[in-house]
Amino acid sequence: MKHIKTINGSTLKDTLTNGGCGECQTSCQSACKTSCTVANQSCQKK
Amino acid sequence: MIHKFTLYGTNMVVDVNSGAVHIFDEVAFEVLDYYKKCDSTEIVDKLCAKYEKAQILEAIQELEELESRGELFYEDAYRDYLNLWDRKPVVKALCLHVSHDCNLRCKYCFAATGNFGGERTNMDPEIGKRAIDFLIQQSGNRRNLEIDFFGGEPLLNFEAVKEVVAYALSKEKEHNKKFKFTLTTNALLLNEEHKKYINEHIQNIVLSIDGRAETNDRMRFRLDGSGTYESIIPKIKDLADSRNQDNYYVRGTFTRENLDFASDVLHLADQGFEQISVEPVVAAKGTGYDIREEDLPVLFKEYEKLAYEYVDRRKSGQFFNFFHFMIDLSQGPCVAKRLGGCGSGHEYLAITPEGDIYPCHQFVGMDEFKMGNVNEATLDDRIQNKFKDTNIYTKPECVKCWAKFYCSGGCAANSYQFHNDINIPYSIGCELEKKRVECALWIKTQE
Ligand code: SF4
Ligand code: SF4
Repeated sequence: MKHIKTINGSTLKDTLTNGGCGECQTSCQSACKTSCTVANQSCQKK
Repeated sequence: MIHKFTLYGTNMVVDVNSGAVHIFDEVAFEVLDYYKKCDSTEIVDKLCAKYEKAQILEAIQELEELESRGELFYEDAYRDYLNLWDRKPVVKALCLHVSHDCNLRCKYCFAATGNFGGERTNMDPEIGKRAIDFLIQQSGNRRNLEIDFFGGEPLLNFEAVKEVVAYALSKEKEHNKKFKFTLTTNALLLNEEHKKYINEHIQNIVLSIDGRAETNDRMRFRLDGSGTYESIIPKIKDLADSRNQDNYYVRGTFTRENLDFASDVLHLADQGFEQISVEPVVAAKGTGYDIREEDLPVLFKEYEKLAYEYVDRRKSGQFFNFFHFMIDLSQGPCVAKRLGGCGSGHEYLAITPEGDIYPCHQFVGMDEFKMGNVNEATLDDRIQNKFKDTNIYTKPECVKCWAKFYCSGGCAANSYQFHNDINIPYSIGCELEKKRVECALWIKTQE
């Protein structure tokens, strides 16, 4: 493509099939303790 | 749903529902404004004064291609899955308030300077052990469990920390569980003995410091009013180094009194810290240092400035992580996690020194949120279900919001404090969150 560069594909919808196991870290537990950006947590399965 | 924005000359387009992120050139970026509303001829008409016809048509074609790949205007396909993920709630993390006492009197302390509005008490190790039993009992098939030692100041009750860790580890095998521990401290009492123990047993440590000496000491001081910066900086540097600059965070809060907080973040980076989290004060309604609507433009600029410097430094080998800029685009959490958010009140609970259970550390002391006590191993599932059933689809503001899959619906405690309702997000927090996500996405384009 000449006009568009994709830096990330449709990764979110791909997680529908294997997601939801719940083994990941809780979100407020790492550094933030008061606010919530969940997208920086990692998935335990990967 | 899409979101488009430009930062430092980079035009970015987020396709909210698929998770795709793109960089657009000028033509495509403008074509996008008309793409769904007009046909090709109309788009050419509108833009031909500015761009060549061939370019416009090319851009349209590329947009069509993205759309057919499911990477643009992808429909929300997740709402229907909510029922599928609707399981009996399980608890997987506890915040143990091992001490409701503190050797500091920080001005912004949400715990009312350590005691959460109650008495200054330490947790008896037996209560901590009951909390571990309670967690094991409530955690169902979940294997990975987390304990955060919190306060007040947990180093004021370090013996209890050690006893509880030993107890939890002794139960791992029998119940097929794996515990991870975090400790959050103001570092004032930190000594060699703590360091040795922490490095051997505690997977993550959060060290509170706000940044520059004047920023830190304005908010974080001892009972006699003296600031803590000078005393803690050598200790936390040493601890961070002893952990190879990993598995810890220096954690600061910014308020209305240091709107130039990027300088505080960079100050911490200048001190050699590689894991940094500095974030807006929470639940400070009516204090005078709470962040107001009119502060937002200044704060947006600060985040942008920080993002620029972040990229620049990392490129030149002065590596550091800023917690809120770390977004993992391709390997991030699954959509189920992103819908639900922090887990407070159902997966994550806070336990007071007396063993009382609350939805999270920010709710401790609010009677209407008391959920039970670990001694009786009781849990009010009415409150638990209320939190569990809260997700981005139960919050009308979040449904409309482009940042929902990065943010996951904000902080319930903030919502409650500002709106008496955990389903109405705190708008200033939202504006800052969205700005951080934009910066984080831009950073990705620079790596
Ligand atoms: S930024 Fe606000 S509106 Fe958007 S998802 Fe987060 S809490 Fe909801
Ligand atoms: S409600 Fe807010 S403070 Fe409590 S765990 Fe969630 S994000 Fe953290």
